[in-house]
Amino acid sequence: MRRTLFGFALVASLTVALLFLILPVVAIFTNTDPGSLLDSLGRESSREALWLSLRTTLAALAVIVVVGTPAAYLLATREFRGKALVTTAIELPLVLPPAVAGIGLLAAFGPKGIFGSALEGAGIELVLQTAGVIVALIFVAAPFYLRQAQAAFAAVDPSLLAAARTLGASEARAFARVAIPCAGPGISAGIALSWGRALGEFGATLMFAGSFQGITQTAPLAIFATFSTDFPAALALSAVLVAFSGALLLSVKLLASVPLLGGAQA
Amino acid sequence: MLRAEIASRLREFELDLEVDVAAGRCLALVGPSGAGKSTVLRAIAGLHRPDRGRIDLAGRVWLDRAEGVDLAPERRRCGYLFQDYALFPHLSAWRNVAFGLTAVPRGERRAHAIEALARFGAEDLAEVMPAQLSGGERQRVALARALAADPHLLLLDEPLTALDARTAAAAARELAETLSATERPALLVTHDFTEAALLADEIAVIDRGRVVQRGSAAELSSRPTSAFVADFAGAVVMFGTAAGGEGGTTLVRLDGGGSVSSTDAAAGPVAIAVFPWEITLEAGGTPAHGSALNQLQARVVSLTPVGNRVRVGLLASQPLVAEVTSRSAERLGLAPGSAVVAGWKATATRLVSR
Repeated sequence: MRRTLFGFALVASLTVALLFLILPVVAIFTNTDPGSLLDSLGRESSREALWLSLRTTLAALAVIVVVGTPAAYLLATREFRGKALVTTAIELPLVLPPAVAGIGLLAAFGPKGIFGSALEGAGIELVLQTAGVIVALIFVAAPFYLRQAQAAFAAVDPSLLAAARTLGASEARAFARVAIPCAGPGISAGIALSWGRALGEFGATLMFAGSFQGITQTAPLAIFATFSTDFPAALALSAVLVAFSGALLLSVKLLASVPLLGGAQA
Repeated sequence: MLRAEIASRLREFELDLEVDVAAGRCLALVGPSGAGKSTVLRAIAGLHRPDRGRIDLAGRVWLDRAEGVDLAPERRRCGYLFQDYALFPHLSAWRNVAFGLTAVPRGERRAHAIEALARFGAEDLAEVMPAQLSGGERQRVALARALAADPHLLLLDEPLTALDARTAAAAARELAETLSATERPALLVTHDFTEAALLADEIAVIDRGRVVQRGSAAELSSRPTSAFVADFAGAVVMFGTAAGGEGGTTLVRLDGGGSVSSTDAAAGPVAIAVFPWEITLEAGGTPAHGSALNQLQARVVSLTPVGNRVRVGLLASQPLVAEVTSRSAERLGLAPGSAVVAGWKATATRLVSR
């Protein structure tokens, strides 16, 4: 780059942005020594929170993938009236404030909500329960997966699916044996993205499921609950989340560089 | 025997045609891009549902919109060769072929697939992934895949378009052998008349969703019923007006000057079709004394070698193309700008009223 004033300004603004964004993350690891970080991870509440986060996010992911994959396939391969509206509705939770998401979930599935009595009749309790955490996670994380999977399916060459059909495959077999493998990298990136979103979920969970240790207190909620009383423990949990989220982001980047199998080939 | 009547509203025109192909025969649908050719193939394979139509193969009804019959593509099982071959990128060559072998017990699929590949000399490619295959190899794997499950019908969509010129010649030979060996009806779609003439027994020329003429390649070349077909068959097409005649020939005044004679009878505005290989060239200024009745002063604008021949682009009052051997091009010392006399017989001049 030529040494102009403008060039200098560009470099300066990138430096400021980078420093500002990276500093809090670095501080998590440098504020306490590694020994006490590991030490506070051994605490009952921390271990319970991490274990709960792992279980609830995996359960939410399973539901998202099982329901979301065929739904994304439909959106990617069919044209129908109102499709843009459906797509927008699905993406709405992406921009919803967490508090609004929490209220919405309460209004729909809470004891006084629309489906409250129906759920109660069926013996299903969500509010202040682990199942409620999973519901909140699905609500906020599903759009990330749906968007990514829809784009991945849309990039699969339609003639591959047509070829599968002429070779005797039903639509379901063409979906399972051709569309999913060809959209594989994009689908995996969607899983990583929505997993990352689910791991960090805080507001909707707090409002809908509360923050009870071992039942609904996931890692982000545990960080919030302990930071005023036990700062090192909050830091330790944060460090684990940073490492995990960083790994997820890296895997998304790597998957994005895998050429879509169904797209243009060399 | 395949019989298909298909009518479908496309973006810019109405597709409305009937095709029938006897067992063991190959019909080529030829026409410019966007004439609706591929839609016909897709409709027959069950990948496109026409607005109206009926398709039956050997007495079995695949589609009858009036009766509400519409067999799913997987129940029609056409051997479909896609334009870009559509090999599954995540499966090796043999697994691509085995994909369609659902009727074969799982344990025997690999052997069957390799046998199918061997028919096209591609058994060595069994373990190779499609991305690592050359264009010609891809076509062979795709053909093996399309034919492995012994389909009742073959559909070929621009089978040679994706190949470079040299590979295309070899692939065309293989394809022609395959087509003549199969006892199934075959339907081929292409925008290239030569390709159709090479591979098919009969050609139907399609323009804007309709068959404008059907016949053998020789019939279409020698007796085109329209300027469109003549042009597609590779003829030089000029325009003029028939102005009487004498001694059994018709005199045509060319638009822009000059005149030609034809043994065809015509009146009024006509298109004149003559094939490039019928046109002989003489050095400019030399009066020709051959039997060719038609003589036009022309200037060479381009020289394109095609094998051992040269296509000579000419400009008389209208552009035309002559095809001569490389030797005569050399003997005449042809170069862009050379003045020549283009000559051809009145019997080689087709007139089509327009």
